[in-house]
Amino acid sequence: MYNYETVFILTPVLSEPQMKEAVEKFKTVLTDNGATIENEELWGMHKLAYPIQKKSTGFYAFLEFAGEPTIVSKLETAYRRDEKVIRFLTFRQDKYAHEYALKRRSLKKAPKAEEAAPAETVETAPQAEVNEVTNE
Amino acid sequence: MQGGNITMAQAQSEIRYLTPLSVDTKKKKYCRFKRSGIKYIDYKDPDFLKKFLNEQGKILPRRITGTSLKFQRRVARAIKRARHLALLPYVTDLMK
Repeated sequence: MYNYETVFILTPVLSEPQMKEAVEKFKTVLTDNGATIENEELWGMHKLAYPIQKKSTGFYAFLEFAGEPTIVSKLETAYRRDEKVIRFLTFRQDKYAHEYALKRRSLKKAPKAEEAAPAETVETAPQAEVNEVTNE
Repeated sequence: MQGGNITMAQAQSEIRYLTPLSVDTKKKKYCRFKRSGIKYIDYKDPDFLKKFLNEQGKILPRRITGTSLKFQRRVARAIKRARHLALLPYVTDLMK
């Protein structure tokens, strides 16, 4: 079992429930193949640094999971077959990345428990905090 | 013609500075990751990665940033991941 993380960008033309459905679909692809999902973050709509498939914005979703190496190719096949996905990235976390991910998750959890803030602020705020702690 | 050149040279030698020029006080470069104990460089933070890019979005060499080889490789990998996910541009003008 290794730890992996994956980010994918969905086209901005979808409606909110369609996005959720697409994310759920990839989560079931993972769980069906024996992976456990450790963390899920929806970063929401972001402006792309350059146009992809003539689109200038995209919906970012981020998943962390633990599973066998064979799962990656299955997941990426699913990404390629789905035309809603315009870009994806999957990689195995090395030990430093995993430590960082655990720290990031605990930072994310802490403010969530204290205040039931709206989803968007919860997604963006912890990221900034992590950066302050680690990158200064 | 010749006379003119000589006076020019004399004028240049007479330049005086109010404060002595600091020639040999270059700051030693250091690797910021080693110093602050950062082990992993996150691709999800484009604002931080921009410190290692020039105006055109190219990765700055080690001789300018002072990063150690080990972390230069990690910075490069993080930047390339960020570019792939359109968090950073591949090419641009006037990024900052």
